[in-house]
This record gives sequence, C-alpha cells and structure tokens, in this order.
Amino acid sequence: MPRDKIVAMPNVATPNNPVVFDAEVCNGCNHCVEVCQVDVYIPHPEKGKPPIILHPEECWYCGCCANDCPRPGAMKFNWPLQQRGYWKNKATGEIHQV
Amino acid sequence: MTTWHDYLIEKGHAPDWPYPVRFDREQEIDADVLVIGGGIAGCWAAISAARQGLKVALVEKGDTIRSGSGGPGCDHWCNAPANPLSNVDPDEWAEHMADRPYANGIGIQIQCREDWDTLLEMEQIGGKIRDTGGEYTGAQGRDEKTKLMISPRYTTVHSYVPGAIGPTTFKSNPDHKLNNVVIRVWGTTFKPALKRECKRLGVTIFDRVMGTSLLTENGVQGARVIGATGFNNRTGEFVVFKSKATVLSTAGAGSIWLLSTELGGYSNMHSRTMSGDGTVMAWKAGAALTTMERTGIIGIATGLKHKWYSGAGDASYENVPIVDANGKRVPYPIQGWEDAGAMAPTPQAMEAVRKGILSGEYALPFYGDFPSMPDVERRATWKLMLGEESTTKVIMDTFNAAGYDESRDLLQSYRFIEGASLPQWRDAGSHGGIVVDWDLKTTLDGLYAAGTQMFSPEDHSYCAATGRYAGRKAAAYASQVSQAKISREQVEREKARVYAPIKRSAGIEWKELHAGIARAMQYYASEFKTESLLNMGLGALRKIEEESVPRLFALDPHKLMRSLEDVSMLTYAQIIIHASLERKASSVPLNFQRIDYPALDPPEWKKFITVKLENDRVKTGELPARYWGNMKGEYDARNRDYTGVYRGK
Repeated sequence: MPRDKIVAMPNVATPNNPVVFDAEVCNGCNHCVEVCQVDVYIPHPEKGKPPIILHPEECWYCGCCANDCPRPGAMKFNWPLQQRGYWKNKATGEIHQV
Repeated sequence: MTTWHDYLIEKGHAPDWPYPVRFDREQEIDADVLVIGGGIAGCWAAISAARQGLKVALVEKGDTIRSGSGGPGCDHWCNAPANPLSNVDPDEWAEHMADRPYANGIGIQIQCREDWDTLLEMEQIGGKIRDTGGEYTGAQGRDEKTKLMISPRYTTVHSYVPGAIGPTTFKSNPDHKLNNVVIRVWGTTFKPALKRECKRLGVTIFDRVMGTSLLTENGVQGARVIGATGFNNRTGEFVVFKSKATVLSTAGAGSIWLLSTELGGYSNMHSRTMSGDGTVMAWKAGAALTTMERTGIIGIATGLKHKWYSGAGDASYENVPIVDANGKRVPYPIQGWEDAGAMAPTPQAMEAVRKGILSGEYALPFYGDFPSMPDVERRATWKLMLGEESTTKVIMDTFNAAGYDESRDLLQSYRFIEGASLPQWRDAGSHGGIVVDWDLKTTLDGLYAAGTQMFSPEDHSYCAATGRYAGRKAAAYASQVSQAKISREQVEREKARVYAPIKRSAGIEWKELHAGIARAMQYYASEFKTESLLNMGLGALRKIEEESVPRLFALDPHKLMRSLEDVSMLTYAQIIIHASLERKASSVPLNFQRIDYPALDPPEWKKFITVKLENDRVKTGELPARYWGNMKGEYDARNRDYTGVYRGK
C-alpha cells in the first residue's frame, strides 16, 4: 500500500520484533522494561502505552518479560522465522511449526 | 505501535531518550562490602555479607530481579551430596567431581558442603524447592516424606568425568544405590526472591550500573583493592565505590568468537551482557588469572544453532526417548532413569548414529517422543524441568500456545540437520577466570571472586554456594580493616576512558568493533594454534586497540555500555592469547591444539598456567594441578566457625 509520506530511515534491525504487544490489554506498567537484562525496551513517552522495542537485536530470548508480565495477553513472544521450532503429531504424522 | 520505526513514522520524530542524561555527574558510595555482578553468585554474596551486619552495595548491569544467566530460572540443583536423600559422602563426591582435569577443587568442595544449606536458605526466602502440592506424586525420584524431587542426573553414572561411562563405585555407596545428588527445583522463583532478600537486609542495589574498573591503594597495580568505578547505562552517571572488601561475580566473555551480536538465538544460555568485565577489571588491577587458554565450542543457539540447550537429548532431554522420523528409537542416552543419568552421547554412540543415518537405518529428523512417556514423568520433564529452567519456560509456553500437546506430539530435534559447530565458533564464557584461595580471595588483598568469575566454574548451585561463601569471607575481612583513601588520579583516568566514546559521533560503533575482534580470534586463536599465528593475533588485536578503540563512538549510555563491553572483550581476547602462548602442549580437556606442540596432555603440562599484569607487563606463572591441597582438610580448617543454615532474622 503506497503511503502519502515516506520517512527516510535505515534498514530496521533483524530480527526487529521479539514480542508483540496487545495495546488493548497492556497498561504500560513497564515491568517488562525492568526485568529485561539487556534493555530491549524503553518506556513509551506516553504513560499507559506499551513500551517501545528499541534494541530488538540484543534480545537473548530468555522470556522473562513475557513470563513475568502481570497482565495475561498483553504481550506475546514472537520468534524470528529461522528460530521457530517444529513438532509432529505422532498419530497422523502431520507437521506443525510454532 | 511498539517498534521504533512505527513510532518514527507516526510521530515524525524519534522518541527522546527516556532517562535523565547525567554524563559526567558523579556519585560516591561507601560500603563495607562491594559486590560487582548481581547474578546468582552476586546476590548470594551480598546476602551473606549483609547477614553479618555489614553495609553492602551490589552493582548490576541489568536489573537484579532477573539478571544473569540464572536470572530466568534453574531446573537442577546439582552437586548437593549433603541433601538428606543423598547416598554418597559429600567429601567423597567433591573429590570425584574435582578429579576432572582443570576443575576448581576449592569451589567444588564449597559447593558439595554448602549448597544444600544454601538451598534451604533459598526456601526460607521464598524459593520453591519441594513438590508440596503433590503435583508430581508418583514420579520417579520424588520423596514422599521430604517432597524433594531427585533428578536422574548422576544417579549412578555421569559422563562429566572423562571415561565415566560405567558406574563409579564410591566408598560411601558400595552397594551402588542411586547417588541422589541432584535435585529438581522450581528455579523461576529464585531470582526475584534473592532481590527481595537483598532489599530486606538493607543491601543498596545499583541496578543498571556497569562496573568498569577496580580501584587500588594509591592507584598501584597489584595493591589492595579498595573500591571500584562504574556508570549507569541508562543515565550515564559515574559512580565511585569505596569499599573495605570487594567481591567480583560477573561472568566470562561469551561472544568473543562470534561475528554477529544479533540473533541471540533460541536458547543461548547467556545474554550479551556476559562480556568478561569482571575478569578484565581484576586483570588490570593485577590479579592472577588461570585456564584462560581453555575454550569450548559453541554448541547451542547464538542464532546459528537451534537448540533448547546444551544437553544430551536436544529437543527432549531428561527421560525423553529420541526416535527417528519413522518412530524408531535412536540409541541415544536420554539422561534419564533408564541410563542412569548419562549426560551426553559418547563419540562412539554419535558415530554409530551418524553411520545409521547415512545407511538409511535412521531417518531424519529425529524427535523427542514425549507421548510415549508415563504422564507424570512427561509432566516432570515438560512442565517442571523445562518450565523452571533458564530460558526454556517461554519456549514451552510458546509451543503450547501454538497448539503443541506434549501428550500427543513429537518434538523435533535438530541434531545432525543443523550441522556441527565450526571450530571457529568458540566460547570463552565459562572456562578461564580468577585464581582464588580457600577464602575465595584472589591474589589481591581486599578482592574476592565467586561463581563464574572464578576459573573453571560450574552451574547454578555452584554460583549460589560460592557466592554465599565469598560474601561470608569478604565480610570477615572487611570487619578487620579500615577503608583506604582512593586515588583521585586513578578515578580521573578511568573516567576519561569511560566517557571517550560519547565525545564522538562518528568512527567505529560497537558492533563493528566486536566483529573485528571476533574475526581476529577466528583467524589466529582458533582450531590451528602456533606461536606465529598467536603472535599475529596479538598484533591484530593491538592494531584494533591502537587504531579502532580511539575511534569508538557511542550515541547514548546504552551504546556506551556495549562499547565498553567490547573493549573488555578486546582485553579478554589478548589475555587468552597470552595464556595460549604460554601453554606449550596440546590438551583435550582444554580444547587446545598447538600444532607446534602436538603432544596431547603430557604429564609435565598437567598444571595451571597463570597470567597477570605486573607494572603493566604480562607475567606468566604456574600452579600445580591440585594446588588447593587436601580438600576436606583445607575446607574444615578454614570453616570451623561455619554455622550452617541461617537462623537469624
């Protein structure tokens, strides 16, 4: 979809989205900002909004942000494509991927 | 709108730095005991020093609540032969574990004697160590009376000791009862409990502060350590710590050989913050280091690999049978009750499976056959073990949320299809470290080390027990000495070094520097080691130090931290090469091949090589293989006043 205005910017970091927030559920408590040992996030300038993912490529996928999130459903882990694991239904042989 | 580019597109500008910017502002802190590194070892050191009634400061690069490699969790409390269900004598078990070449007998003896007490203290402060709710009733290893869950690991066999593929007979366990030295625990509860206890005891916690250097008496290298410097990686504020005793409990430099700092990976086990800062601080202050020439091969994650962890069964691990794509059992040890806790396949077993793959006997990919397990054992592995281990809880949750049902589905293994690690992907993370004595004191007065900071470290419970011990010993020392005056000149010199990258906005940024260091190490200090290659490596690193480090730029306090971490890793890399040049023999346990000295583990080289700085010149030395003497005797002699599990408030 063409945009009216395009901002010139460098390539985004890869991977750039280790978690997906649900802005309807997240109340911007920033607990995830605090528990992250590598500072992937910064608090959003507007209070109550989900944090901004500033250093996604430093994520080590420890999961503490999602594990410790006090509001279920506010954030979901989003594995980079090349890291998504597979499983197989033992009875049917059907293959699935995360 | 949670990505940076979304914000930019919507607002038309980048977000402001969210924290106050305080470069060049300085805070001065007084403490009896200063602990640098707030992971498992550091928290325990701070707690045990504070319980002696001392004023304790704890410095942590992340937030103590979940920081460090053990921050997310822990599933196995290893080497706990003093637990009530154990069938071996703690001292005999310690001797056995210390028999591994280049192990740290001091740390292991402390772990074997004290980590059960440490675990009980963990329980006192809110960590969960027992199946009190009866969730795993009927699981093998669960004791109804104590509700402890013994793990099959090391039950009779353990392949950590080279050649130990058959049962080891212990004098204290002549009938080969299960050894019962490893306990399954609910480790996700541990780190928040440790932070809470630090706060309750009045430990002053400096979260988001990176330690950058140690301060010595009169600023002299090799003199007593009397404090440290650090800076806040969100605000840039400088902190000067004055202390009577200092405990270093940071970790090794995990990513030295890795070109890319990105794609941390599925289950890296260590974050980027593991950058060897403490080792380099100790080095610059003049402390002796050892086993720095030892490296591992990266076998897990880092974005290049795709595994749950480093363990035997890959996608399965404890008790999970591995089957091929047609459901045929693959002859792999599963670190379970059936194979008595064997950790990893022997080279022979690996070779047999590989041949089977090539001949069509086993079809790829392999799978962890969770559905074939008894329900309670499946839950004990999937929910308790993977659910409580560092970094695997989120993997498990993600799989379940995506529809994976462990009672119905086979979990894919990436063994073989992801290939073997390249010899150039090395890991210096948990090998070399600081030389310690029986007080876990380094070769410098006033400086102690614990956990992964010491040479040849072990696991989570080792870090906990040695941290607790180092805190106790550092407190005893701090009670006897007075604070010394810091050298302002030393502080100013460090401040100039720390802030140099923020004074530039062009040149080399940290990722480029990192890749430059990694490339030099891949070329000159990897699979093929010779005197001339190693010297070329030193030259390449010196060139980076002289030409690139002065051009480092950092645009904010976070990037400044990353830049300084890479400068740490540059020094760490140089130390590795100095140590490698000094060892003129090859060694299997050190993963060290000198083409110019091919003899493998000749008896005269079964000793520790030490390196340190004296007047800024590298000085090498050596220590005998078991320099710590009689483990039981030495431990007992120094711990007559040890009172066991904490009974105070």
